[in-house]
Amino acid sequence: MNARLHRLWGMIRKESLQILRDPSSISIAFVMPVMLLLLFGYGVSLDAKNIPLGIVIEQPDTAAQSLAGAFDRSEFFRPQRFAAIQDAKRALTERRIDGILWLRNDFSNRLLSGGEAPVGVFVNGVDSNQANITRGYIQGAWLAWLQHFATSRGQALDLPVVLEQRVWFNPALSSHLFLVPGLIAIIMTMIGSLLTAMVVAREWERGTMETLMVTPLHMGEMLVGKLIPYFMLGMGGMLLSVAMALFLFDVPLLGPFWLLILCSALFMLVSLAIGLLISIVTRNQFLAGQVALVVSFLPSFLLSGFLFDIHSMPSWVQLITYLVPARYFVAILQTLFLAGPVWPVVLTNVAAMLLMLLILTALVVKKSYKRLD
Amino acid sequence: MNDERVLVFRNVRQIFTRGEQTLCALDDVSFDIVPGQVSGLIGPDGAGKTTLMRLACGLLRPESGTVHVLGLDAVAEPQAVQSAVGYMPQRFGLYEDLSVQENLDLFAELQGLPQKKRTVRYAELMHMTGLSPFTARLAGQLSGGMKQKLGLACALLRAPRLLLLDEPTVGVDPVSRRELWAIVYRQVQEQGMSVLLSTAYLDEAERCNEVLLFHQGKLLGQGPPNEFSANVQGRIFQVSAAGISHRQLQARLAQSPNVIDALVEGETVRLVLEQAGLPTAESLLPGLDNVTIRPAVARFEDAFVARLKTRYDGVASAGGLNFHIDVNDDTEVIQVHKLLRRFGDFVAVNDVSFNVHRGEIFGLLGANGAGKTTTFRMLCGLLPASGGKLSVAGLDLHAARAEARRHIGYMAQKFSLYGDLSVTQNLRFFAGAYDLRDSKQDERVEWAIETFELTDYRESNARDLPLGFKQRLSFAAALMHEPEILFLDEPTSGVDPLARREFWARTNALAEAGVTVLVTTHFMEEANYCDRLVIMAEGTVLAEGTPQEMKARARTTDNSDPTMEDAFIRLIEQHEQNKKKIDNRKAMV
Repeated sequence: MNARLHRLWGMIRKESLQILRDPSSISIAFVMPVMLLLLFGYGVSLDAKNIPLGIVIEQPDTAAQSLAGAFDRSEFFRPQRFAAIQDAKRALTERRIDGILWLRNDFSNRLLSGGEAPVGVFVNGVDSNQANITRGYIQGAWLAWLQHFATSRGQALDLPVVLEQRVWFNPALSSHLFLVPGLIAIIMTMIGSLLTAMVVAREWERGTMETLMVTPLHMGEMLVGKLIPYFMLGMGGMLLSVAMALFLFDVPLLGPFWLLILCSALFMLVSLAIGLLISIVTRNQFLAGQVALVVSFLPSFLLSGFLFDIHSMPSWVQLITYLVPARYFVAILQTLFLAGPVWPVVLTNVAAMLLMLLILTALVVKKSYKRLD
Repeated sequence: MNDERVLVFRNVRQIFTRGEQTLCALDDVSFDIVPGQVSGLIGPDGAGKTTLMRLACGLLRPESGTVHVLGLDAVAEPQAVQSAVGYMPQRFGLYEDLSVQENLDLFAELQGLPQKKRTVRYAELMHMTGLSPFTARLAGQLSGGMKQKLGLACALLRAPRLLLLDEPTVGVDPVSRRELWAIVYRQVQEQGMSVLLSTAYLDEAERCNEVLLFHQGKLLGQGPPNEFSANVQGRIFQVSAAGISHRQLQARLAQSPNVIDALVEGETVRLVLEQAGLPTAESLLPGLDNVTIRPAVARFEDAFVARLKTRYDGVASAGGLNFHIDVNDDTEVIQVHKLLRRFGDFVAVNDVSFNVHRGEIFGLLGANGAGKTTTFRMLCGLLPASGGKLSVAGLDLHAARAEARRHIGYMAQKFSLYGDLSVTQNLRFFAGAYDLRDSKQDERVEWAIETFELTDYRESNARDLPLGFKQRLSFAAALMHEPEILFLDEPTSGVDPLARREFWARTNALAEAGVTVLVTTHFMEEANYCDRLVIMAEGTVLAEGTPQEMKARARTTDNSDPTMEDAFIRLIEQHEQNKKKIDNRKAMV
């Protein structure tokens, strides 16, 4: 037992020294998280604010002016006036504006006579997501104004349904609140899978694995000895990201901190297992890097729900997302940060990750033997 | 049952499949190794040495047969075997980003060397390997020889009963090689350790207590090295003759009946005959006067060649080579004057000067890192010089690199042809690169395939060729445009002795045809093929002259017939002493 601990300690010390001497490990663990967080926290925004909107008023009477004024005051729009619809359409084609609000010369008449929708709306549908958001916002602003207009004239608005919106958990609808927690999953995938796959493959490539094998060191000790330092590194990256999320981006942490650490540790183990499996199968740094990128990093980015909503994906893509461990972790992270400990969400996702860990560990153990063939 | 024997192989077969090709790495190999001696696995590349080593460590599972190591079954209990033996793989297996001390610490922990014993053992090993002053240095910054010694030290930390060393001396300079051998023998004598060591250098066979000779996966014989050479004793002779160049002499002797092998050795030619008995001058070289024939002491390499060589009657003369060089005079076609190359603070080539005459074979001899390849690259115009003058074929390389390159054929150290192209496609590509078109191109490609005996492989992809044929193809590609100057960078590294002989026969024929050949090598004995050579170390030229002059410098009363390696080591020693003297003088001032 004592000899075993000595061997384990030898491996851990060696691995830690190598991490400290290799600038690329340090930068992946600490510099990259900072850069990604700054980029996603400040640079990328999925919110619709300041949408450039063209407004065409053919008959500038009171009602039309009042409606245009409502759009002018809205923080979601940056309206521009066009004299004729043709000019506005050209601007839309040239992507100078994202939508057009067209008030025809019979606008006031039809509005007052209680006829059907008297406004024309055009939206640039090239970016369908943006188009939907724009259309929704125009509709919202129109309904709000209509209600206000009706009340001011002492009339009840004759609408079948009145929309009353409540946005939960992220009332300001700011995307960095859910992007930043999700990023923690991406960063931990980088350290756990990409970095680990490459450093273990390096041992094969440089021939040091052969020397390690012909010692009393057991395969299990070697794996654990490798895992511990990279586990610490990954958790370090995680803590750094959490600190930045809380103090730089003012993301609230509504769930308990210990639960966050526990779930992160579980996800870290899953990532490490994937990294180990890749390196054992490829035994080549370049290949390991490529494979890790394709099977681990990119799916975490695209299919985890961190950036793109899973429910709006085609159903067969949704099925694939169940294979992406980051999917479960992103769900936990967004819940813990923004909604607090919603136990059914946390527990089901933890169970999924545990299952993945079990399967991956079994594969790693099966694939790693002290032989070169 | 295996009380005595440290290693027992019984009917071991090992097959590797790569794609559709199957390779029999070991074919029905059986042998026993007894303890307390150095056993050498001798054989060229591809003989199966590394496979055998890995089987003995339990790193591979044999296709069939059994392997017992120190009484343990290596197939059933690989971990027990791996815990018991010391092993040094062929590639440097230590961590280059850890220091010497950190590497030692790691392996001490892994091998379970108790903390109390470490200080003493470290000191012992560092003293023995001469690494004491470098314990804080990163392993990646050690020289090739020092790296190997560190690898050995790590394998010896716990003094294993069986030490397995896979080509520990490859690419290592002769001085470090000698030191490595001394360390190995000390372990055997002081600790009673058993050592199994593989090498591709045939001259190292004579340093082993026992030799296992392998070729293409088969064990050809096992026994003390002198037993092998005893088989050919009486069949080895040295021949010299006046009025004929040693290369022509060698070419004629190679064609003589009864001759298995004729090898240039300085001004004489070494013969291995089919039958014992002093041959007459008349039978060997009819029509020549002043022929001297002296019996010589058989070496292991003679036995190896006698055993494996089928008579080679290929291209051995300039006539058969069909190679045309227009100019033929005795000018100095390569002039190098005070050449200098720096990489940052590091001076890779320092004040190197030499001249090469037309039709000469000129050698650059030195260990890895001596500055040979850097010098070469500057001569070929691949790397600018930091100082000094160069001229190749009368052209200044700085001014007219493209023009100078037309006169040059270059064969790089690594196989640098296109693996996915066939032999013919590769040759066509290189012919095209030198502006040979249409019928001229066809003609040269046919010439290359015929001269280098590549007919059987003409449509094979270059990647799938056996090593010796790859080397032939590289050689042929360098000759497509009939260059008058040929640069060969470590052409024979990793090639077996038979392919090496063939290579040198062709090179000799080229030189006879008037081609100037500049060649680098770290095989000391290959210097004998050169007309003149320089010996390099640490970027400087230590000596220049003919092989005879070099060897004469090392002649002492103890050693009346020194080898090129003796000469090299002596030069290095003098170089070290001079450095010390200069240092001392500096210190006194």
